[in-house]
Amino acid sequence: MSRLDIKNPSHAQTVVDNLYRDMERRIASSPPGLCPVDMALSFLVMSHAQTCGKCVPCRIGLGQLTKLITNVLDGTATMETLAIIEKTARSIVDTADCAIGRDAARLVVDGLEGFRDDYEEHIKHHRCLAGLQLPVPCVAMCPAGVDVPGYMALVGEGRCVDAVRLIRKDNPMPVACAYICEHPCEARCRRRMIDDAINIRGLKRYAVDNAGDVPQPECAPATGKKVAVVGGGPSGLSCAYYLALMGHKVTIYEERRQLGGMLRYGIPNYRFPREKLDGEIRSILSLGIEVHTEVRIGRDVRMEDLQREYDCIYIAIGAHQDKKVGIPGEDSGNVMSAVEMLRSIGDNNPPDFHGKNVVVIGGGNVAMDVTRSAVRLGAKKVSCVYRRRVEDMTALPDEVTGAMAEGAELVTLSAPVRIEADENGNAAALWVQPQIIGEADKTGRPRPGKADLPERRIAADIIVVAIGQGIEIAGFEQAGVPVKRGGTFMAELDCQVGTMDNVFAGGDCVTGPATAIRAIAAGKVAAANIDTHLGYRHEIEVDVDIPMPRLNNRPPHGRINTSEREANERRNDFEDIEIGLTCQGACTEASRCLRCDHFGYGIFRGGRSRKW
Amino acid sequence: MVKVTIDKRTVSVPEDATILEAARMAGVDIPTLCYLKGINEIGACRICMVEVEGQVRLVPSCDTTVVENMVVHTNSPRVREARRVNLRLLLSQHDTRCTKCTRSGNCKLQQLTNDYNLLGDHYVPDLKNIATDFTNPVVRIENRCVKCMRCIQVCDHVQGMHIWDLVGTGSRTTVGVHDARKLGDSDCTFCGQCITHCPVGALQEHDDTGRVFDFLADPEKITIVQVAPAVRSAWAEYYHLDPQYATAERMVTALKMMGFDYVFDTNFSADLTIMEEGSEFIERFTHRNRYKWPMFTSCCPGWVRFIKGQFPAYVDNLSTAKSPQGMFGAVAKSYFAEKLGVDPHRIAVISIMPCTAKKAERALPNLNDACGDPDVDVVLTTREMVRMFRGEQIHPEKLAETPFDSPLGTGTGAAVIFGATGGVMDAALRSAYYLVTGKNPDADAFTAVRGMDGWKEATFAIPGAGDVRVAVASGLGNTRRLMEAIDNGDVDYDFVEIMACPGGCAGGGGQPIHDGVEMAESRGDVLWGLDRNAKVRFSHENPDVLALYNEYLKRPLSERSHHLLHTDHHGWKMPGEA
Repeated sequence: MSRLDIKNPSHAQTVVDNLYRDMERRIASSPPGLCPVDMALSFLVMSHAQTCGKCVPCRIGLGQLTKLITNVLDGTATMETLAIIEKTARSIVDTADCAIGRDAARLVVDGLEGFRDDYEEHIKHHRCLAGLQLPVPCVAMCPAGVDVPGYMALVGEGRCVDAVRLIRKDNPMPVACAYICEHPCEARCRRRMIDDAINIRGLKRYAVDNAGDVPQPECAPATGKKVAVVGGGPSGLSCAYYLALMGHKVTIYEERRQLGGMLRYGIPNYRFPREKLDGEIRSILSLGIEVHTEVRIGRDVRMEDLQREYDCIYIAIGAHQDKKVGIPGEDSGNVMSAVEMLRSIGDNNPPDFHGKNVVVIGGGNVAMDVTRSAVRLGAKKVSCVYRRRVEDMTALPDEVTGAMAEGAELVTLSAPVRIEADENGNAAALWVQPQIIGEADKTGRPRPGKADLPERRIAADIIVVAIGQGIEIAGFEQAGVPVKRGGTFMAELDCQVGTMDNVFAGGDCVTGPATAIRAIAAGKVAAANIDTHLGYRHEIEVDVDIPMPRLNNRPPHGRINTSEREANERRNDFEDIEIGLTCQGACTEASRCLRCDHFGYGIFRGGRSRKW
Repeated sequence: MVKVTIDKRTVSVPEDATILEAARMAGVDIPTLCYLKGINEIGACRICMVEVEGQVRLVPSCDTTVVENMVVHTNSPRVREARRVNLRLLLSQHDTRCTKCTRSGNCKLQQLTNDYNLLGDHYVPDLKNIATDFTNPVVRIENRCVKCMRCIQVCDHVQGMHIWDLVGTGSRTTVGVHDARKLGDSDCTFCGQCITHCPVGALQEHDDTGRVFDFLADPEKITIVQVAPAVRSAWAEYYHLDPQYATAERMVTALKMMGFDYVFDTNFSADLTIMEEGSEFIERFTHRNRYKWPMFTSCCPGWVRFIKGQFPAYVDNLSTAKSPQGMFGAVAKSYFAEKLGVDPHRIAVISIMPCTAKKAERALPNLNDACGDPDVDVVLTTREMVRMFRGEQIHPEKLAETPFDSPLGTGTGAAVIFGATGGVMDAALRSAYYLVTGKNPDADAFTAVRGMDGWKEATFAIPGAGDVRVAVASGLGNTRRLMEAIDNGDVDYDFVEIMACPGGCAGGGGQPIHDGVEMAESRGDVLWGLDRNAKVRFSHENPDVLALYNEYLKRPLSERSHHLLHTDHHGWKMPGEA
């Protein structure tokens, strides 16, 4: 035997490593609606297989928890069992020697805290609270419930017009979503169990780019009911669209000069070209929706008047209010908010950053939009200053890497302390206190703390604050619209504003800054419930026949991604940075779809809802 | 020194002290199970958990070092609950039929279970279906094992044999024989140190008390028992007898009450061993070129198994003399049978040994030189003898003293020290000196070979023969180091004594068990004391041994001596030996 050997994984180890990878993807693509107790048990069994066997709590304790939770699922447990499970799990957390035991038991403790009612249901009634409501993962995960397998199949057959029509049944803004949706539909895509999620957004973009102008369907006969939609962003437009289709008379009140909300005043052109947005808005308005721009509630129109004049009101004003960092010097010249800067770009009045040092404060998607826009506005240097680390940024990873590729600097672990102004009162520099990353907070996100390093000066001609937006509640609060502690409007899951009979609200102004698709979904939900509130039950459906799935043995196959223009080229203009799928790419990618509407539970029930 | 507060008592302790050690200094007893100082400090059982102010989770006291101003609570409700949960978890995988266990009453788990008042049900019983292998002197019972890992650690770090290992992964992790073999297929020396360091009854000697009771009940059998030197230093420990009363003679009375026909002393054959081995050494030493060097003692069967398994090239360096146990059996079934005028096949020789490897030695196929039967019929450990006493309701404290029977019950001071490390060497040198010079040395001339050092060396001048370079090692870890040094040519000796167990037979694997306490040194002191007070302190002056030579063997290394008292170490094979 030699003294030392090169470490060379055995064949078995290599295969197991692959299984780990497959299992990781499989867990990630767990269908929503599984029994949490059953999943907790499965995780526990796997965790127990990882124990080295040295210590009692982990070697024996995890096994006992497994037996006890099995009893719960088998219906042989009592409430006393639950108490023993809890006591044992906490003791393991307390006494295990390493993370293998401690964090395995932590999973159980978290479950007992998070879904105790599921445990109790099993014990008391021998059944599960959970159940597969929506068996098609992409549809379940899409806030608007768009028929993803349906339009995947249509794109695969080259029927882009039908794909757009099918999407519009649940989401009237397929173009916007084709360009900027965060695609939660891909998160649990069952294809991940084989290789990787379907490029759903990429296929949607292929559909809208190749469908041409798709005419809207006929509206239902006029009902004579009038609905005011306050806010012309994605949520307001969606609500207006469906209400108009249902035959109601809709009027949109918009504070800005143009419709589109954050799609126009938040998202830069390079991500969502304006002509595409304008086309989509035109198409929606073609249903006969009346629009009043540059009208502000509380200033130009009173909420109370709208309530009197209209049968129903949908408030969807978004989240457009600046948030301040709250540091000295923030009122200096050339210090602006992200909202302010993006708004001026949205109205074709962009600032000139040529030759300037621009410092952006923030780490979210808006901060990235500002950073990348500043690069395109000719800035000499753009530095994005963030308190935490790159991996803690809330911006999508693609946005961060995109910004870096375009030449922006990331200055992480730096907390803004004050803004230094020159003799004219204009920003000259941002002073930051270096940070060290620390313990995680309750959500698991590590908190930064002051590092033992001196403050740093970052020279700045322009400082843009992009640390989030609030909701401009003025004008609504006085009219009695209830406001939650976080400064958002209080509305139920059906969008009804609790105490106000004919007022509904949705989108960012209820959720806080979120995604376009959630805002669109809220508009759809509000439209349905307003229709009901008005005494109707109009149904939205579309006459597109979905191609039958073809047999496919589904060997693992790479995911076909959209690509981007070269960073060096795209950083100089505001044109679209993304290059959509080719026909070949789209057809191949569409053929990867597992058609969960047909295969698996979907063929039995819940595979497709044809109308709502 | 750092200041720590443990259960409201503030003490100053060395800065490298563990919380457990600090607590003991503060007079606070923290319960432990797997912990074995210096051998097993791995925090496996999680019984010694304590609460440390400022720490979110509980902390194992056995492997956590104190820090300045640490505030420790060893008995908070949270601590108590954690200990109770972990004990109950252990009990879920433990065969709790304590009535059937030899360690009942001397079991760490049983004691803790009682201490923590763990009444009622434990967790879901989860006993494993792993059959017990009864084919070896060392027996492991899966469903008693608490996986404290002490056996693995003792075998790895004290004995250096690496026989026990963790086998399986995940929930099925348990202790097994390295490379997933059977114990009988391994190089195990059967030293039994794993048994004496087991906190519970998972490891124990193969119980042979039943066979002895059968012999005693058989009217045709003449039962002869021999008691090894080290047994007398430990036999009464379980009775908590005042050492003054724990005499070998009281043990003789007890054995007589059991019904043995003759109660003899292995000390007799220890003296005989010195005569043979000492003469052999002189023969080799005065004809150096004919032999391989150094010469090794052969009385420890664990050591003989070790050298055959680990350093087979050195087997011929072993003295060909049988061990005292073997010599006794051969003499009992020849010389003594003739004296009695009985058929030796009627004689049953029973050994009481501080040792588990003696059970394996007894079973060797070529230790049958007297009459064709095995020289020794059964070997009991000290612990088994005490179990038999208990079964007979014998209470030693009430017994009178009885001398060993004659003639095989006579031993000298040189014989009784066989039970302590260095004793064989000391006794051999005393007689070798006499054999060469015709004069007795000072009986305490060779003290350099005594004491608890794991590897001792000395050089003694024997007028007329020259300087004799000797070494003494005990414990197989020390032994391996010594053997490697010899093999590398780093050291050069003439005569080497090896005992497999640390401290020699006094610390043998068949001796009574006191959890966490090493008894070899104090028991050895008892034996050295017996030697000091002995009337005769030279093996060559044992009158009954001399009579044996006169009447039967003629002289050491005679033809008959060779036939009865020497053996061929190549006459049997270790597992895997070609």
